[in-house]
Amino acid sequence: MIEIRDIEKKYEMGGETVHALDKVTLSIQDGEFVAIIGPSGSGKSTLMNIIGCLDVADSGTYILNGKPIEKYSERQLARIRNKNIGFIFQGFNLLSKLSALENVELPMIYQGVPAHERHKRAKEALEHVGLAGRIKHKPTELSGGQQQRCAIARALAAHPSLILADEPTGNLDKKTGKEILNLFLELHEQGNTIVLITHDPKVADWAERIVYIEDGKITSEGRGTRRYGTDELTIDEKHTYDAETQAEEVMPDGADAIL
Amino acid sequence: MALMQSFKMALKSIAGNKMRSFLTMLGMIIGIVAIVVLVSIAQGANASVISSIEGMGTNMITVSVRSRRANPIKLSTLDELSDDPYIEAYAPYLSVTGTVKAGNTVYDDASIIGTSSSYMLIRALEMEDGRFLSTPDIDNRSHVAVIGSEAAEEMYGSTDCVGSSFSIDGTAYTVVGVLKSKGTSSVGSQDTMVLIPFTLAQRITQTTGVTSFYVTATSSENVDFAQTGVEDFLKKYFSSTSYYSVFNQTQMLSTLSETTSTLTLMLGGIAAISLLVGGIGIMNIMLVSVSERTREIGIRKAIGASRGNILSQFLIEALVLSIMGGALGILLSYLIVTIVSPLIGVTMVMSAEVSLAAVAFAVIIGAVFGLYPAAKASKLRPIEALRYDG
Repeated sequence: MIEIRDIEKKYEMGGETVHALDKVTLSIQDGEFVAIIGPSGSGKSTLMNIIGCLDVADSGTYILNGKPIEKYSERQLARIRNKNIGFIFQGFNLLSKLSALENVELPMIYQGVPAHERHKRAKEALEHVGLAGRIKHKPTELSGGQQQRCAIARALAAHPSLILADEPTGNLDKKTGKEILNLFLELHEQGNTIVLITHDPKVADWAERIVYIEDGKITSEGRGTRRYGTDELTIDEKHTYDAETQAEEVMPDGADAIL
Repeated sequence: MALMQSFKMALKSIAGNKMRSFLTMLGMIIGIVAIVVLVSIAQGANASVISSIEGMGTNMITVSVRSRRANPIKLSTLDELSDDPYIEAYAPYLSVTGTVKAGNTVYDDASIIGTSSSYMLIRALEMEDGRFLSTPDIDNRSHVAVIGSEAAEEMYGSTDCVGSSFSIDGTAYTVVGVLKSKGTSSVGSQDTMVLIPFTLAQRITQTTGVTSFYVTATSSENVDFAQTGVEDFLKKYFSSTSYYSVFNQTQMLSTLSETTSTLTLMLGGIAAISLLVGGIGIMNIMLVSVSERTREIGIRKAIGASRGNILSQFLIEALVLSIMGGALGILLSYLIVTIVSPLIGVTMVMSAEVSLAAVAFAVIIGAVFGLYPAAKASKLRPIEALRYDG
């Protein structure tokens, strides 16, 4: 369980202080599928980094599994990142010198999974995301979408309980994007906690719960309709409009928002 | 898992950057080659000195008298030594300076030595032609000489010169024998010797005593007994031991070994500095590598690498570089010692101990200089490393 209270994060940018996160309070229960939606610069990636123990907040408390984050040792945090959290980064963050298979195997290497099992699980994960035929390719030999899928396979193969995904469908075509989101639903049904970061309301709509963030503040919350079919969508028109404008800014080449 | 995996990752990273890895190793290779080859040269010199001394016979004792004012040892007094059961033979020795001329040929390189008939046995000389100096030659102060093979070649153009004559400072001598070539040793060539009767040498130098002589023991085990006998003999004639010195080949050997081991140490020390420089090269490259791979470190940390994982990855990389450099260095040294050394005519002796020590030193250097960059890499904060664009 994730519990965040009054978290603040500031950056110095060109002599100006930017409040990336301004007193954010959020709690995510085990097994929830939460989408954090907001325009770029809203602080959603910073929030993800803090949730994922990659970054620390300037102030506020973050309680992970009932224990304040500062009580964890560095080694324990490394273990949490390794075993409990699966990151899917916006920029993929694959190791360019390793093949797709080796990239997917990497977290399991740090987990100490035996080579044979590691190999098997990595292959399965790559097949799952539709990269079965490209396991020997280096990331540079893969398209953006394929790299994204490889990054997803890497997160999934390690069997994490919490999946943190930053624009996981951003580089995928509609069909694969839908597959990935279905995969998330599947994982969610298996009891995994999923935190999905996106600027796209249509993607966010797949989630059980939608958290809207703007200028480092959580402005509203709602429930996804796509899957959970509720009418209580509280995201107002303005937000939806902003997010869509944002989507077009991010992908001017006409690669339209998924689904 | 950790070690094996870190090792694999290190190999991958080294293979992924072949040129740089090679250049890094080059520092190590040069350091190792410098140490091994220089020490091999020093040890080769040592070995050749030892073998030339041993070739002279380890049962030889050399006596030299320092006091010229009162030298009570005459040629006849030496005969007392023949009573010692441990003494096989003795021969006086007197070096003479003079101009050697055969016809119109002046032979400058000659070392003229006055001695007796036993000298042949003591120095293990062999005749090419003719005979050695005999006791009557000594007693009668005969104007005869035995010459080395090189001397014969220089003076007459061939070793077939028994019966020919030459002069030393105008006095005529007849060649009665030519020695077999023994080659040059570190204690001077025997092939340039011109041996004349001891009594004649005394007349030329206008001396009456014996300033130095050689004694051989009956066997190398009896050297110490023979030396005691010689010392007892000398004590009878001299009031103080400071008037003479007695030393045997074993002592000479250890004195020379000391000199050559100092030389070995000095050369090894100089070479070790180049190995140290090689180690700094590794550190330099590893530091560059750490900042270049900051993003990689960030990714690894994000997906769960601990500090220890990153530390061991980079440390093992440095170690693998230094071990590979060390191994290549040993290989290259071996090639130099076995192929180049005969070509340039320098004796080199490559020892396993020195090679092992050099590689061990290389590994230690790799670990010491690899530790700092590895620690630096392991301490990077994941988010900062991920944001780094390089």
